[in-house]
Amino acid sequence: MVDLSINCAGIKSPNPFWLASAPPSNSAYQNCKAFEQGWGGTVWKTIGEPVMNVFNRYGGLDYNGQKIFGLNNIELISDRPIEINLKEIAETKKLWPDRAVVVSLMVESKRETWHEIVKRTIDTGCDGIELNYGCPHGMSERGMGAAVGQVPEYCKMITEWVTEVSTIPVLVKLTPNVSNIQLPARAAKAAGAHGISLINTINSIIGVNLDTFELRPNVGGLGGHGGYAGPAVKPIALHLLSQVAIDTEVNLPISGIGGISNWRDALEFILLGASSVQVCTAVMHYGFRIVEDMIEGMSNWMESKGITSLDQIRGKSLSRINDFGNFDLLNKTIARIDQKKCIHCNLCYIACEDTAHQCIDLTEENGNSKTEVREKDCVGCALCSLVCPVENCISMVRIDDGSASKTWNQLNEEFRKSGKQMTWENLAEFQHKHGIEIH
Amino acid sequence: MKNIAPKLPAEQYEKNFMDLHPPFTNNSAVAEANRCLYCYDSPCMKACPTHIDISTFIKKISTGNLLGSAKTIYESNWVPLTCAKACPVAVLCEGACVFNAKGERPIEIGRLQRFAIENYFEKDMPALFQKLPKNGKSVGIVGSGPAGLACSAELSLMGYEVTIYEANKIPGGLNTWGIAPYKMRREDSLKEVELVKSFGVDLKTEVMIGKTITVDDLLKKHDAVFLGVGLGESPQLSIPGEDLTGVVGALDFIEKVKTENWEDVHVGKSVAVIGAGNTSIDAATEAKRLGADHVYIIYRRSDIEMSAYDFEYELAKKDGIVFHFLTSPKRIIGKDFVEGIECLKMKLGEPDNRGKRKSVPIPGSEFIIPVDMIIKAIGQETKSNFLSSIPKITLDDEGCVIVDPTTYQTNNPTIFAGGDCINGGKEVVNAAYDGKRAAYGIDKFLSIPKGGK
Repeated sequence: MVDLSINCAGIKSPNPFWLASAPPSNSAYQNCKAFEQGWGGTVWKTIGEPVMNVFNRYGGLDYNGQKIFGLNNIELISDRPIEINLKEIAETKKLWPDRAVVVSLMVESKRETWHEIVKRTIDTGCDGIELNYGCPHGMSERGMGAAVGQVPEYCKMITEWVTEVSTIPVLVKLTPNVSNIQLPARAAKAAGAHGISLINTINSIIGVNLDTFELRPNVGGLGGHGGYAGPAVKPIALHLLSQVAIDTEVNLPISGIGGISNWRDALEFILLGASSVQVCTAVMHYGFRIVEDMIEGMSNWMESKGITSLDQIRGKSLSRINDFGNFDLLNKTIARIDQKKCIHCNLCYIACEDTAHQCIDLTEENGNSKTEVREKDCVGCALCSLVCPVENCISMVRIDDGSASKTWNQLNEEFRKSGKQMTWENLAEFQHKHGIEIH
Repeated sequence: MKNIAPKLPAEQYEKNFMDLHPPFTNNSAVAEANRCLYCYDSPCMKACPTHIDISTFIKKISTGNLLGSAKTIYESNWVPLTCAKACPVAVLCEGACVFNAKGERPIEIGRLQRFAIENYFEKDMPALFQKLPKNGKSVGIVGSGPAGLACSAELSLMGYEVTIYEANKIPGGLNTWGIAPYKMRREDSLKEVELVKSFGVDLKTEVMIGKTITVDDLLKKHDAVFLGVGLGESPQLSIPGEDLTGVVGALDFIEKVKTENWEDVHVGKSVAVIGAGNTSIDAATEAKRLGADHVYIIYRRSDIEMSAYDFEYELAKKDGIVFHFLTSPKRIIGKDFVEGIECLKMKLGEPDNRGKRKSVPIPGSEFIIPVDMIIKAIGQETKSNFLSSIPKITLDDEGCVIVDPTTYQTNNPTIFAGGDCINGGKEVVNAAYDGKRAAYGIDKFLSIPKGGK
């Protein structure tokens, strides 16, 4: 049997799947329903200052017929009073003692206000606190949310106000709308945070209506930036997660967020260092029921790999993250097309011909088109294999034996030692020696 | 007819002749268009006899550029609505779709083309092409079927004065009169005629060349003439009883059905269709859908030799048509009306000179199928009487007009021809291609200065 249970900064749950602090985790009704369906935890939708929402809050990005490839929102924090939320949190935790109930907080930047809300939150019996320093719209203009997350000093100051009174774990949720995610993460660490959650939503305008010239979402003719989420943001989230996970100055447990739609996505976050994962857009699209496949799919995958606990794989891919200068320049791969599998769509040809290195020939054979890689010219960029719609039809094949490995850093060092400059001529000589012709 | 099938309620007729392939909604069209891989130099385009740039028009549907999509289609084909609905797509574009090789459902190209073109007509046909100034030359087009329409459209945009002579009162040729109503209604064909007319083409209906106007006058009046006259009557079965009441030709029958006055088309309670081509299937399914209880298709060879497409065969079987393969009609029985057909069982022998296996009668195997109506669908003859009246053109053994394969010029340099009258009967899409190519041939011919080389 595999064990999906996790411990994220002292917050335990039977599986790594938590609802993210968002509309799906707005009420006791919703969170209890999610728990019934198997969710391991929830981060209660942010409670705090009085707010009032507008009616039209979401904009969807559809791509090639796929609905909600990305989702943008201008919804604010909970629009229900703190008292009601705290009461429902206490009831929910009582009903579901084995699940993680984390409460997201956002109040004005006053030490006393933070002290008060933290104490009242702890009184609910919840398992942890998440500080919302990420909300990019509506709240940030009022000096909260991303306005805090974008300034490491504020981030540190407010986190300290919380940690100095909190008796339960504190997660700091970061905004991706910064140039260096490590700085606010370090500030949180310095202030005594127990863990990091990331990413919050990305600043975005989802689109413009070509008939009315209005933005989406459209509030009575007006629109503005909103928070972008959904499958489209996953690669950005994975990168930012890895940046925090490899930062030895941070070294905190991480709850990963950003476009996680299924167990595969979740595993990628875990392999890059996440302890728990938070999901929002996918449940907003399909409902809480998706967790069944998430649990089952992850369990089956672990069983097939002989993995019994997520601890065995957490952060396992982080060691693969490296600098470009350490990549082997002589690790030669080229594309090979399996003619038996080819369906003659010629997408590899046109992609290579127009936008890559013009090394696929398009000819005719028995009335069918034939695409063939000119191997001596192929730079192994892999574009053809990416556009190919047939599984395993174009494979990237390594053709060197590994004996002549050389990285950019090593090459520069070698040149330096032998008194050579890094010039086009010297580089061409190196390339020529290794049978690499750039045309 | 001895036993006429009872008439059906009006809504039953409409149900029976409803679209086999209903139109896409906007969303479903975009979803299907998005499924297209947008192949480069795509196999579907090569498989289309008119070489429509299919992946491009589909891509344009996916981006909502529907006008551009229609333009891409019209650049190659002037009767795309008919083609979208009547083409045997399974053996042409959709049969070539790369998804087949991938083990997946091919893109529904026919329905997507229909979507783009129907949208174009709904938008009242905004101009897609600029017409060149008049060049002072005139071309006469005989027949307003797909070949004639394509040739007219192309020449008219090039600046020629074009007149179409159509014998029928309602134009469009087989596009109007020959396509089963569950595939396409008459009004669709007439929309395509209207588009061609909108380029300034003068369409004269109920004009029979050789009768209303002499061939000589026609040739004198125009700098060049295009013949798109199609084919003529079904040949005789040449068996006893063929003149009994209740024996009809398939084309005449289908034409009657295409008036869409369903109640006025009488069919027998039991109907035998002789022949197993695509027209036979149309006639048989139409008879069934008009209320016939039993419809038989009688064919002297086996299902392997029959020329009907697989999907047509499947449709007929679904409609409950009973096939008598290896069966040859011997005589039609009846006093004044058809009462039955006596047939002979056959077996397959050696291949004939076309490679089709001959069918050989089995002596003493006679049997009678009681029927009230017999539809002859054993092909069509060329209009050899008319064609032989035209000076200096030559016909092949089958009676088809011989033309240059690139210019479509006949032996008579001012006369060009295309469509069924040169190929003996192919698809609408082949005729559309011929007409267009012939227009280029005519333009090339008329662009040579008189007296020059």
